[in-house]
Amino acid sequence: MKNLLEIRDLEVNYGLIKAIKGVSFDVGEGEIVALIGANGAGKTTIMHAINGLIPKAAGTVTLNGENVTTTPAHKMIYKGMAQVPEGRRIFQELTVYENLKMGFYIKKDKAEFERKLEEMYSHFPILKERTNQIAGTLSGGEQQMLAMSRAMMSSPKLLLLDEPSMGLSPLYVNTIFEMIEAVNKQGTTVLLVEQNAKKALSIAHRGYVLEIGKMVKTGTGAELLGDEEIIKAYLGG
Amino acid sequence: MEFLINLVNGLSLGGVYAMIALGYTMVYGIAKMLNFAHGDIIMVGGYTVYVFLNLFNPLVANAPWLAFLSPVVAILASIIVCPILGVAVEKTAYKPLRGASPLAVLITAIGVSYLLQSLALIIFGADVKFVIIADLGAIKLGDLIIKYNTIITLVATVAVMVGLTLFVKFTKTGRAMVAVSEDRDAARLMGVNINLIITVTFAIGSALAALAGVCSLLETPSLTSTFGALPGIKAFTAAVIGGIGSIPGAMVGGLLLGVVECICNSIPPLAPYTMAVEFIILIVILLVKPSGILGKKRREKV
Repeated sequence: MKNLLEIRDLEVNYGLIKAIKGVSFDVGEGEIVALIGANGAGKTTIMHAINGLIPKAAGTVTLNGENVTTTPAHKMIYKGMAQVPEGRRIFQELTVYENLKMGFYIKKDKAEFERKLEEMYSHFPILKERTNQIAGTLSGGEQQMLAMSRAMMSSPKLLLLDEPSMGLSPLYVNTIFEMIEAVNKQGTTVLLVEQNAKKALSIAHRGYVLEIGKMVKTGTGAELLGDEEIIKAYLGG
Repeated sequence: MEFLINLVNGLSLGGVYAMIALGYTMVYGIAKMLNFAHGDIIMVGGYTVYVFLNLFNPLVANAPWLAFLSPVVAILASIIVCPILGVAVEKTAYKPLRGASPLAVLITAIGVSYLLQSLALIIFGADVKFVIIADLGAIKLGDLIIKYNTIITLVATVAVMVGLTLFVKFTKTGRAMVAVSEDRDAARLMGVNINLIITVTFAIGSALAALAGVCSLLETPSLTSTFGALPGIKAFTAAVIGGIGSIPGAMVGGLLLGVVECICNSIPPLAPYTMAVEFIILIVILLVKPSGILGKKRREKV
């Protein structure tokens, strides 16, 4: 299996604090990889370092064979990487439709836009009903659906998901995770960061466990789900 | 009757304020900074008009049917020069401070303001230049005299406001502007080049300043290096009253301030306190509705 994303010896500092202390991991083409860890372990920091929103102190990021370590954040989507940020970050003052249009910002093909729009609407029919509604008025679950759809509009090769289950009711969590599996089956590689370790590992092919800026464990989703220490620390066993 | 005259004069002055306030509000809404040099861009626009009128007036002096040409060229020149200056200021003075504290940016903007005023003083001297762009006469309705210049100012301001609203709502760049104004990082993840959007914003804001300069000269044709300073402050007040960041808000605030100013000036005991009245209105509105008349309260993330 070819690696779509390779992270080598990544270090991130916040001022004098070393937040990420040399982390390496891979995401293979077609995989769902989960990055789990407690609050403050550095999961979101790693995501932001990968997409270029915060500077890296050391290490390299390779996407699809290309070194993208210093690529600015707004260019990453052109390289085939889209992201659903933590807290959804949809554009609250724009309508649902306009948000989806923002997801298609880097592309021009009208027919492709219509096709992607229909695809998203068939995944989440509620978004079609709310197409002209101001996104800020959507419920949390609907906003998360919108954030995912927005990220998928550009047909990315790699989708980064940061805490997609945060603040959602169990029903919505299931809907979102079904969508993650669906887009993965259609060929999108997924890197998933989650505090809901049980849920994440149950759909992930492989997982990595992060503890205060360091990778401490890796394995297949099933292996990690059965690991005593993990059960104790993250799965509420 | 007198009230009607003051109303018309007020709307005309308010139109100029509104045009300036639109520039303030665009830049504040998207770049999240108060460009206190905005008023001085207006002044530079005024001097550009002055220079080009002086260049072209002799050329068309012997051909009256070409007389319309020199104001047109002068106005176009100002609409080209101001955005170039605005973008240059943004690139050299503000861009290096992206991410710095808002106070640092604010002080820099004030510095740029004095720099532009001093440069104008060095180049053009301190004496007042009279710049007559055009005198188109007036409509007389009994005692009510409405200058065509006033009508031009009002029509131009409304047209600019409608144009900006449509631009922001219906173009890709406009949508990207809203996205940047709301959440820079999320916009970057969509592939929006923030620096480019801010540059475009400054170019549009400065073009509005050029138009405001022209409208202002149509009202009061005396040009000095501080030509834009006071209208700039007044228009900033107007933008805050209307709700800074809101395009219709700038219009409402500008017109309101213009009308208040003219009505106050027409009441002798109140006239010396016109500015005080204006700023009291600002304070009252901020106390009652801190986001301004049409300002929207930002929704907190849930």
